[in-house]
Amino acid sequence: MDFLNAVVQGTLLGGLYALFAAGLSLIFGVMRLVNIAHGDLIVLAAYLGLTTTVVLGVHPLVALIVVVPAMAGIGYVLQRGVLNHTLGDDILPPLLVTFGLSVIIQNALLEGYSADPQKMDAGVLETASVALGPLSLGLLPLLTFAIAVAVIAGLQWTFYRTPLGRAFRATSDNQDIAQLMGLNKRHVFGLAMALALAVTAVAGILLGIRTSFDPSVGGGRLIFGFEAVIIGGLGNLWGTLVGGVILGVAQTLGATINPGWQLLAGHIAFLVILAVRPNGLFPRISG
Amino acid sequence: MKKLLTPTRRRFLTGSAAMLAAPAILRGTRAYAQTPTLRVGHVSPRTGPLAGFAEADDYVLAAIQDHFNAGVENNGKIWNIEIISKDSQSNPNRAAEVAADLILGDEVDIIVAASTPDTVNPVSDQAEINEVPCITTDCPWQPYFFGRNGVPGEGFDYTYHFFWGLEDVIGAFLDMWDQSGVTKVVGGLFPNDADGNAWGDAELGLPKPLAAAGYDLTDPGRYQPLTDDFSNYINAFKDAGAEIVTGNMIAPDFATFWSQAAQQGFSPKIVTIGKALLFPSVIESLGDRGDGLSSEVWWSPNHPFNSSLTGASAKDLAEGYAAASGRPWTQPIGFKHALFEVVADVVRRAEDLDDYESIAAAIPETKLDTIVGPVDWSNGPINNVTKTPLVAGQWQKEGDAFDLKIVANSAAPDIPLTGELKLL
Repeated sequence: MDFLNAVVQGTLLGGLYALFAAGLSLIFGVMRLVNIAHGDLIVLAAYLGLTTTVVLGVHPLVALIVVVPAMAGIGYVLQRGVLNHTLGDDILPPLLVTFGLSVIIQNALLEGYSADPQKMDAGVLETASVALGPLSLGLLPLLTFAIAVAVIAGLQWTFYRTPLGRAFRATSDNQDIAQLMGLNKRHVFGLAMALALAVTAVAGILLGIRTSFDPSVGGGRLIFGFEAVIIGGLGNLWGTLVGGVILGVAQTLGATINPGWQLLAGHIAFLVILAVRPNGLFPRISG
Repeated sequence: MKKLLTPTRRRFLTGSAAMLAAPAILRGTRAYAQTPTLRVGHVSPRTGPLAGFAEADDYVLAAIQDHFNAGVENNGKIWNIEIISKDSQSNPNRAAEVAADLILGDEVDIIVAASTPDTVNPVSDQAEINEVPCITTDCPWQPYFFGRNGVPGEGFDYTYHFFWGLEDVIGAFLDMWDQSGVTKVVGGLFPNDADGNAWGDAELGLPKPLAAAGYDLTDPGRYQPLTDDFSNYINAFKDAGAEIVTGNMIAPDFATFWSQAAQQGFSPKIVTIGKALLFPSVIESLGDRGDGLSSEVWWSPNHPFNSSLTGASAKDLAEGYAAASGRPWTQPIGFKHALFEVVADVVRRAEDLDDYESIAAAIPETKLDTIVGPVDWSNGPINNVTKTPLVAGQWQKEGDAFDLKIVANSAAPDIPLTGELKLL
């Protein structure tokens, strides 16, 4: 019973981790960019959501209508204005630039919003639950999981069924030949980052409803995102969802044995998978 | 004669060396200055996760500096006091670094620090090594004393601390719970950090006194801070039938726990958490779910104490900050003010302000009624430590705002009760 509950709660938690990771997975898949600032961008989205709900007096989920396009816009500008200049054969410059970006975002948020913990008020959604046999499942975690599945399905569809997805895949496979075929890779990368940050916006708002946040919590979220991406296999979006779920379940199972093992169990699951399958469970990209 | 006036290479070198050295020698001799200046170094977490503790620094320090500008008298002579404040960025390594910088670079005469073991301990350690007098507050004394490997009976030579201890928190909590009449089954939430390990410690922490008072404590173990899931705790508490939840948490963790508890159908009657529930901003961020949560109260506008420096009452100081900043008062404000009250008192009494030993010797002789209560190292629980009174309070919603009502005061009856405990 305890274990069943742990597995179910862990699976739902995995949905949140998959949302943290989806943007990372997408960016890495398209342009081999490791975005260290991803966690802070999630927190930035949460703050944008908070501002929207306070200024317009709307429900946090309604704020998505504002925050998703805003983050997408930020993503496009960021990619074309800054990150495109760092991409090349060397993977170090984008790593360093996004690291710097992470520091800048944190301090800008600290300056603008102070260090007070903030939380978005989603009313009954925060505390409502559904009884399922002996289990009591929170509506918010269920919704988070459903959104994660929908977002990943949407990204998957975009990747394999639309001209934009074709452009992403073509640029990812060979940038030079894609350029020869008339694709502007700078623009394609900009769109990829916009899409990634749109997903980040969803993750940020859900994080902000689930728990309170302050400018410094982004870094802690980054590691779960990375682990979910690596467990699932680089470049595979459904793999990222599976990775998130494995991570979530490992954590809650570990915590059933001893709460001190919660994070450790997640990290151990990650290391075991890395040792057995260095490319993750379902890799799309070799190496 | 002629030879003496002729500039030779050697004479030139001697002369220029003397000229270069002169300012360095002269600067150190305060006797020549009109009003000598004493430097006080101050380390505080201005930024980072602990920044809430230091949010009132600017307001408090401005008032103190204003007062110090008039000079402080020592042995019939007026001294200027200059406060040099540095940010620890909520990081213990950084705190040690800026403390060393203040001691060796700015050559401060006294160093002070406040806000959690992460700031207080590294600064005190630096002061002890470099033999500079140091006064700290705003951190329970157990993590301060034992966290620095203090030996009871020996203590430290240069570093002194005033605040309360875990025994006071436990006393205040029990005082509050006893009057409520709920079932004596408690769920404990302790993180794997300095505070959580001290609170949950089987010998020195909550478990022993709670058992002695007839409470049944369910403690599933230490969780990692910033965890995303508390289902296992909630399950364990439900199984045990806990009606009280206690612990020491940071705000994001408490928010996660509190919404998950509601989702999973766990509704305790009393929730008393240290650290996370200190600040009004946190309670406000929880919305209606913040109503009725309780915590320890170190200081409030209703504490019947006055500043020995400015004469202001606790109410004046708290309301002054609220008016100046447009933000609600917080508990660290009183302690930050009191820290400098003690500094001024030590400066007044020290036999020789040019001597570190003499300043350090004046600290334990302090007997001062400050804005947070009496500070007197002669009656501390352990070497180098003295305690200020502690009571327990509950956040209650009045109209649109939350007010921290003092609901239990057995340990310090001179602090008036301002409300009655309501069950959740």
